[in-house]
Amino acid sequence: MTEEALKDLLYKIADDQLILGHRNSEWTGMGPLLEEDIAFSSMAQDKVGSSLAFYTLLHDLGEQEPDTVAFTRNAEQFHNCQFVELPIGEYNFSLIRHFLFDHAELIRFQMLAECPIEEVAQVAKKLKGEVKYHVMHANTWIKQLSNANEEAHTRMQESLNYALPYALGIFEPSQFENDFIEAGIYPGEKAIETKWKENISKILTEAGLTLPAWDSIEAVYGGRYGKHTEHLQPLLSEMTEVFNVDPTADW
Amino acid sequence: MKHSKEDILSLLKEVKDPEIPVISLVDLGVITGIEIEGDHVTVNMTPTFIGCPAMDYMKSDVTEVLNKHGITNHTVNLNLKTTWSSDLISTEGKQALKKFGLAPPPVHGNLIEDLDILEHAECPNCDSTNTTLKSPFGPTLCRSLHHCNNCGEAFESFKPI
Repeated sequence: MTEEALKDLLYKIADDQLILGHRNSEWTGMGPLLEEDIAFSSMAQDKVGSSLAFYTLLHDLGEQEPDTVAFTRNAEQFHNCQFVELPIGEYNFSLIRHFLFDHAELIRFQMLAECPIEEVAQVAKKLKGEVKYHVMHANTWIKQLSNANEEAHTRMQESLNYALPYALGIFEPSQFENDFIEAGIYPGEKAIETKWKENISKILTEAGLTLPAWDSIEAVYGGRYGKHTEHLQPLLSEMTEVFNVDPTADW
Repeated sequence: MKHSKEDILSLLKEVKDPEIPVISLVDLGVITGIEIEGDHVTVNMTPTFIGCPAMDYMKSDVTEVLNKHGITNHTVNLNLKTTWSSDLISTEGKQALKKFGLAPPPVHGNLIEDLDILEHAECPNCDSTNTTLKSPFGPTLCRSLHHCNNCGEAFESFKPI
């Protein structure tokens, strides 16, 4: 497998973490209740921290410094799926996104923990322990709210329906998909997707939410190769505001 | 003067967690190894949580203590070669956490499947396990929030991970 392929993999993971970490942080001070405010802030901190771990791996492969990579690229240079850049919306959407995304992350890190590239496996092994808490948190709230009153149930179902095409975009195949599989790096996006469908179906059934037939949903692809919604650039502008005022600032 | 691994470990007991100043990095399980080659000392550390902002402070505190004791020829590495787990916290460390008012993490042997493991944390104030998990996330990445139904106090627990 080439270094180019490995960078392709690391960039998409790192960018997903950074962008969703930033979105999660938008709940700081705004959460519907104190515990949830803290939960989303903690998950934001975890995700930004894990993006740094992946940008550091990329730096070791010859890419620029993590801060430079995180703060100086334009939207079309980002490899995150479109799902993570969507605005936080109402709390029901943020929860559904957190549920769908973190289930995929957990599987991804479990698979990468077995990766023959030791540095990647070490990071994945560390993160699978942390993301487990994100998944457990999501499962609890998805079940609790979906089984609450009618309005809550309707909101959760509507958010789920809206989120699913974007969520499938997490698994947009890489141009190097076969290389990863052949080199035994991980079993590929399709394998994550299959396991993910199985895992989320179980919780969604317990929550009493309806999953539409998978073949009726069209995945939103493009994010992995620079095609983004109009929401990403404003996010980047906000995220890089301090850096742009003074790139040498330390905080 | 030549130091043994044991000497250095006992010197490093001085270095406390910046956010929980009652527990040393050694008891927290963050110091994963000491290597001595001639006069050169290498200290290996592993992060508790990857996004923990205290890790840089911990690293510089270790450097400072080594320098203070005249061990200037050293390297302090922060890496993931050993994956940190709350099971690495020593018995002494767990007692220190409890005294500080933080419920120590239960030993889990890497088998955390759901939040049940946090559900009946032992209240550090009255030792009751009649407690309720309020949130798996707390004021720092390593803590969760609980309520004791027995003494009515809110408390935090160091998360098993």
